Amino acid sequence: MSTEESNAKPLEYRTESGELGIVGFWIFLAAEIALFGTLFATYAVLFGRTADSPLPSDLFEPGSVLIMTFILLISSFTCGIAIHEMRRGSVKGLVIWLAITLVLGLSFIGLEIHEFILYAHEGATLQSSAYWSAFFILAGTHGVHVTLGSGWAILLLIQFAQRGITSITSRKVFILGLYWHFLDVVWIFIFTGVYLIGMVI
Amino acid sequence: MQLDEFFVTGEPLIYAGMVAIALVTSAVIFLLTYFKKWGWLWREWLTTVDHKKIGIMYILSALAMLFRGGADALMMRTQLAFPDMNFLDAQHYNEIFTTHGTVMIIFMAMPFLIGLMNIAVPLQIGARDFAFPYVNALSFWAFFFGAMLFNISFVIGGSPDAGWTSYTPLAGAAMSPGPGQNFYLLGLQLSGIGTLATGVNLMVTILKMRAPGMTLFKMPIFSWSSLITMFIIVFAFPILTVALALLTIDRIFGSQFFTLTGEGLPMMWANLFWMWGHPEVYIVVLPAFGIFSEVIATFARKQLFGYSVMVWSIILIAGLSFLVWVHHFFTMGAGAFVNSVFSVSTMAIAVPTGVKIFNWLATLYKSKIQITVPMMWALAFIPSFVMGGVTGVMLGMAAADYQFHNSYFLIAHFHYVLIAGTVFACFAGLIYWYPKMFGHRLNERIGKIAFWFFVIGFHVCFLPQYFLGLDGMPRRVFHIVPEWFNLNVVSTVGAFGMGIGFAVFVYNIYYSYRYSEREKTGDPWNGRTLEWATPIPVPEYNFAVVPHVDSLDAFWTMKERGESPYDESKVKPIHMPSNTGKPFIMMGILTLASFFLVFEWIWLAAAGLIGGIIMMIIRSFDYDEGYHISSEEIIETERSARGL
Amino acid sequence: MKHIRKYSKKWILLLSIPLILMLSGCSELTVMDPKGPVGEQQKDLIIYSLYFMMGIIVVVFVLFTFMVIKYRDKPGRDPKDYKPDMHGNKTIETIWTIIPVIIVTCLSIPTVNTLFDLEKPAESSAEEEPLVIYATAADWKWFFSYPEQGIETVDYLHIPKDRSVEFRLSSADSMSALWIPALGGQKYNMAGMQTTLYLQADENGVYQGRNSNFNGEGFAEQTFKVHAESKSEFNEWVKQTQHSAPKLTQSKYNNLLEPGILDDTKEFSSTHLQWVDHGSMEGSDYAVKRHWDAYGKKLHLKNGKNHNHE
Repeated sequence: MSTEESNAKPLEYRTESGELGIVGFWIFLAAEIALFGTLFATYAVLFGRTADSPLPSDLFEPGSVLIMTFILLISSFTCGIAIHEMRRGSVKGLVIWLAITLVLGLSFIGLEIHEFILYAHEGATLQSSAYWSAFFILAGTHGVHVTLGSGWAILLLIQFAQRGITSITSRKVFILGLYWHFLDVVWIFIFTGVYLIGMVI
Repeated sequence: MQLDEFFVTGEPLIYAGMVAIALVTSAVIFLLTYFKKWGWLWREWLTTVDHKKIGIMYILSALAMLFRGGADALMMRTQLAFPDMNFLDAQHYNEIFTTHGTVMIIFMAMPFLIGLMNIAVPLQIGARDFAFPYVNALSFWAFFFGAMLFNISFVIGGSPDAGWTSYTPLAGAAMSPGPGQNFYLLGLQLSGIGTLATGVNLMVTILKMRAPGMTLFKMPIFSWSSLITMFIIVFAFPILTVALALLTIDRIFGSQFFTLTGEGLPMMWANLFWMWGHPEVYIVVLPAFGIFSEVIATFARKQLFGYSVMVWSIILIAGLSFLVWVHHFFTMGAGAFVNSVFSVSTMAIAVPTGVKIFNWLATLYKSKIQITVPMMWALAFIPSFVMGGVTGVMLGMAAADYQFHNSYFLIAHFHYVLIAGTVFACFAGLIYWYPKMFGHRLNERIGKIAFWFFVIGFHVCFLPQYFLGLDGMPRRVFHIVPEWFNLNVVSTVGAFGMGIGFAVFVYNIYYSYRYSEREKTGDPWNGRTLEWATPIPVPEYNFAVVPHVDSLDAFWTMKERGESPYDESKVKPIHMPSNTGKPFIMMGILTLASFFLVFEWIWLAAAGLIGGIIMMIIRSFDYDEGYHISSEEIIETERSARGL
Repeated sequence: MKHIRKYSKKWILLLSIPLILMLSGCSELTVMDPKGPVGEQQKDLIIYSLYFMMGIIVVVFVLFTFMVIKYRDKPGRDPKDYKPDMHGNKTIETIWTIIPVIIVTCLSIPTVNTLFDLEKPAESSAEEEPLVIYATAADWKWFFSYPEQGIETVDYLHIPKDRSVEFRLSSADSMSALWIPALGGQKYNMAGMQTTLYLQADENGVYQGRNSNFNGEGFAEQTFKVHAESKSEFNEWVKQTQHSAPKLTQSKYNNLLEPGILDDTKEFSSTHLQWVDHGSMEGSDYAVKRHWDAYGKKLHLKNGKNHNHE
């Protein structure tokens, strides 16, 4: 809680509370790994339990999911640039790249919702079977995380406009960056473990 | 929905409960108003972010929950001793054992220990607060409101009745319709999220905020056990979060995870539940080990024997705790090979645990044992826990477990480990740290009476249950065959002995508040670790000067060297976080949302959720950076507290 | 010193009372007095482990008593007897790590052996094929189908002695466990799955069987009697049931499946296996689909006579 600063570290690490916050967030991400790990395990166990509903291989198509994957990968990259701009001290660069990240995040969510509606029209909903319950909850939990991340990004954009780059705002956006990269990694697992495998089997 | 569906009707016991709740609530409101204490309550308690006050609130809530869980236990024991009296019918009995188990594990044992950690850990490691005081308040209110939500079920909507394990498909929408099971799911979810947040919070606190010079292997053993416990929490609680969420979605939104329809897999619940549930057992027992280690070292007037082995065995137990969950359902028919693997991993836990027992005994060797009340609890733990531990190994032998499973042998075993381990530790720890919390010790004589009632009652209650189990008495039955009558009566006598012990303990709190001598120094027990270096009452900033540590029992070393922990010349202004009502309000709103969800009033629940999100947004824009306490004020506080 | 010894003797005596009680009382406890080879194996394993456990308890209790009595802080204690800085001893710590490892190993080997043994019919009746009985739990009753004999009983069971019985366990709805303590350990009955449990009776008698896994309001009443009898008596009973019992129709069976407690035991000269196997995934929703609304109804059970087959 001391406000002593040492200039050797990046801005977000310079206060003790900034550093504690970042360490705490890493531990929180460990808990998130356990959470998604459980959801993946559930999905794996319920794989094939489709009852009377369509098979995943009937519904999954490479097209839009591939686009979603690219969007999220690019957004992770733009998020990285935003942090880089923050380190350079450019509020404008930070806001622009964070806004681009946000737009990409929102379009990912849009596409995912569209995808879900499509599946529902084909008869695969949360209620259809154990497999589809697991699918919608796994992918949906990731989607909810991305939505929360986007809402968070909006709040931070406002705060940067109000306050500029301070040790507190920089810590916040750095943590958002960690979160965003984490969600990207989770999506890679969903893309390969759920969609690619689901298309083949 | 009719009003008579909303309130539980038709049970005289529950009507009595309602009346009691109404009376207590109005009495509290009256007293607060009469003595004009509302502002005090809000300023000093509801909005506090001070770990010591939050710890006290945890412990008071846990004691209330111990009362509730204990009352449930006595009702069950009454029914089983006198089944012909028809004190409880099957349904009511099912509700009571469900709430007994849930309340004791989730709302009593864990919060009690987390409360003690709140009090002791920052003081032991020389920190001024938790890493995230705001989150700490949030965690407490999540637990508190979660507990309230769960507890209100017996008068509104109906209690859950599927056992504390809530196995599907029984607990699913098809076989347990109505709000009861939803209360279980959402009450646990709320408090579970609070626990997870505490896990992160305390872990950062211990890893990053130790006093200068205190390396990990110079840390007091209770802080070590807390750190490892937090690791378990961080990796185990997300599993519970997911399991509860999936079952909630099953019940309310019609998904098919654990259902018999749609190719759902009810057995997956048992797996997920115990993948959390077994580590949970160690979440409540490892801190207990830590407390006993502190208490035994203090009152044996001797350094803990084999400190680093003690630490490593805690770590080993924590690791193994994730690898044994299948032993809760050896009888599921997973096959001889799977059962063999989990059988061996289960028994392997006996090795580090056995090592700990011998280390405690060796700590007593060539010591100077002072028989104080906390020490009595710690000493009673050793033989009692061993009796629970060895039967645990027997249960771990899968082939024999086919006969023990679901019987009173199992019941006796886990009460032997959880009461002798956790509950004894809660009493030991509370009495040990009581002067730090309230400025006076608990009366020793009354404390000893409570101790003997409780400990003898405990053995009289649970020892016969091993034999009942071997005679084929299954758990969770509300009536029994005549062959089991005698031992059940004995067991019930013991249970009431424990009840008397608890009552005497509570009376002791009142008595000591009135008559106990106030502590003048900060070190009533001649302690070894840093928490005793602070004055009583502990100032809100804990340490005026953060001590430098270079040995294991830091305060003991200081005393040996004749150093004072307080050096006026080194006092600097201290930064403190501001009090805030946001955690209270936010968790209040989310609890309301959960309550609506319990009754499946989706739109109201959604509105509540939005309210919770708005509170988070407000928090995001909150740039309150706290305040500083000036050096003069610190010096003044320290002088008066230390009598300088 | 003298009075310490006197004290510890008293303590040891006091502590050994429950042990003596335990060992002498064991022979009367159902699990410790099994009536078949499966329960016998489990009892042997339990007794074997009890020796170790008693050993551990005695060692710990003696050490504990010694420490607490000898090292109490009291006036007149030899100051050389107090070593506050003793912090560890590698040799002794290694010893008390290795001893539990040895104990665990000693316990693991027979456990694993028994586990594999229990997955097969008992050796004593190896020359004969086991009798197959489908034991299906439903809220809150038991169906026992004898596919080879073409008969089905509800809430009671006849088995021939000296012949292994292969129970194929499943459930029509909630998870249950078939437990006949006098014959051996339990296993779960689960809908949509089949588990196998081998039991055998070596003595004539009527044994208590029950569901041991909590599954709702009628749980305590979900019991049955096991009649173990000679092979000729058993065959006689089978023949009689085949002749005199009515056929089980699907609608009759569906009625019986409705959650609740049956007043009386029943027997039929055909089995429900012809139209549903609850142990398969297709059969898992058979009962809930038909009785969806009945599961939530309360029975208001009190202690006393809830059925006539007790």
